[in-house]
Parts: sequence; C-alpha cells; structure tokens
Amino acid sequence: MIDWVHTGPSILAAFLASFVEFVEALTVVLAIGIVRGWRPALTGTCLASVVLLALIVVFGPVLQAIPLNLVQLLVGALLLLFGMRWLRKAILRSAGVIPLHDEEAVFASETRSLRQSGSAVVSGWDAIAIAGSFKIVMLEGIEVVFIVVAIGATSGSLVPPAIGAGIALVAVVLLGVTLHRPLAVIPENALKFAVGVLLCAFGSFWTGEGIGIAWLGEDWSILALIAGFLIAAAAAVPICRARHVIPSPAK
Amino acid sequence: MRVLTTILHELVSLFVDDGTLAATILIWIAFYGLLLPLLPIGSWQGPILFIGLAFILVENALRGARPGSR
Repeated sequence: MIDWVHTGPSILAAFLASFVEFVEALTVVLAIGIVRGWRPALTGTCLASVVLLALIVVFGPVLQAIPLNLVQLLVGALLLLFGMRWLRKAILRSAGVIPLHDEEAVFASETRSLRQSGSAVVSGWDAIAIAGSFKIVMLEGIEVVFIVVAIGATSGSLVPPAIGAGIALVAVVLLGVTLHRPLAVIPENALKFAVGVLLCAFGSFWTGEGIGIAWLGEDWSILALIAGFLIAAAAAVPICRARHVIPSPAK
Repeated sequence: MRVLTTILHELVSLFVDDGTLAATILIWIAFYGLLLPLLPIGSWQGPILFIGLAFILVENALRGARPGSR
C-alpha cells in the first residue's frame, strides 16, 4: 500500500525542484552545444551525470545507516536552510525587490561569452566546452542530489524522490530536444515559490521529529505545514512590495 | 581545480545565502530543541516550531525588501 501522505509530497517536491534546476542547466548546455558543438557539450554533461549518480549511490545508503532521529535533525535542518533560502528569494522576486531569473538573457550572455573565448582544443576535445557543461550540470545537479538524498533519507526510501527527479529530467530533456532553445516560458519563480514551501514544510517536520516533537496528526501535519508556509510567504509578498517602494520626496 | 573550488563554494551557498537567515534558523532550532523537554506545551510543540520559523522567514524577507538593504 502506497503511503501517499509521504510519497505524494516527496515526488512533487523532488519533481518541481529538479525541474527548475534542469531548466537552468539546459540553458547553458544548449548554449555550449550550439556555439561549440554537441560532442563536448554532451561529454561534459555525461561526465557530471556519472559523478552525481555516484554521489547518490554513496550518500544515500550512508545516511540511511545513521540513527534515524539524528538524520532527521541533520537533514531537516539542512532542508530548512535550503528551503528558506529559496522561499526568501522567491518572495523577494515576486515582490519585485530582486529581478526574475531570465533564461533568454542567460542564454544570450552564455552564447556571447562562448563565442568570445578562443579555441582550447586538446587532442580533438574542446576543453572549454567540456568544462563548461560539466560545471553547470554539477552545480545544478548537486542541488537535485541533495533534495533526492535528503527527502529519501528522512522518508526511508530514495525511490519516490528519485522518481520525481527522473520524471523532471525526462520532461526537460524532451522539451529541450523539441524546442531547441531555452525554456523561457516556464514560470520559474512560481515553481521556486512552491518548492520553497514544500522544502520548508519537510524541513520543519523532520527537524521537529529530530528534536522529539510529537506532531499533532503525525504525518498529516506535513500538509498543515505546507499550508502554513504558503500563507506566510504569500502574505509577505505584498508587504515586501510596499516596503520596497521608495517614497517620493515631498514637493 | 577552479571548477572544483567553484563547486565547493556553490555547495556551501546551497544552504547559506543570507548569513543572518541561516544563523537565526539554527539558533531557533537549537534553542527550541533544548527548551522543549522543559516546556509543558503538549500538542503545541509543532505549531510553536512552525510559528518561530515562519516569523524568521517573514522578518528576514521584510528586512531584505527595505530600500538600500541590497
């Protein structure tokens, strides 16, 4: 019997977070592929994917071997730090305090800098292109690995978050192959807002379990935490917007 | 080597962007975790943890939104 109270939010959180990260990686890999060629772009991507997979294989079981309440506290606190950081940024972006992430602009800037950087071919391999795609896939992928391992370690199984991340990867790759341009129409900040809320809820729940809180309604309280963080964050947006507006000087 | 340094730096910045936010969260968790066994609050344990965290988030966002804060 599938426990959907745990599995549903786990899959959803991993899917949404991974989707956002994969979209960001796709933008740069596309730029490298178009400007410097697909062979080095895909080589760097594959190398980084192997390293990331190794991290999941190593850290997944290691975390599951540590006493559960210690993992819950450690991973819960890390999820909170990670989720609150995302949610804070999403609030400030929604309020217009910091600019939205623009995939078209990132693509244009990456393309320009790749065209300007000279050739660095070593034994037939474009080192700049390979390093570039390796770096971006590692940077964005490591966030995905953290989310999959953290959610997997605390909920007892890596399978639901891995399924969520896997679906996101397939979706982004298919969209990238089909459209052949950055996915600028994705409402990235709305996704980040939702992911931030989910990660904060998970982080609070596991941190609470780790310090010995007896949650009212047990696992169902995750849904209450999701609602609570959503309300708090949504309420903060208009207040931040109002606070950000600099009052015009009196005439 | 530079790639590895960048990745390591990025790894830390996964969790710490605004130092004050990270520090306040950790202090609240530690403070509440130590105090919890002494507090006769029963089923309010979870809601109080949440209220503290939500307050930290909103306060930090409001501070970040102040003109001239970034």
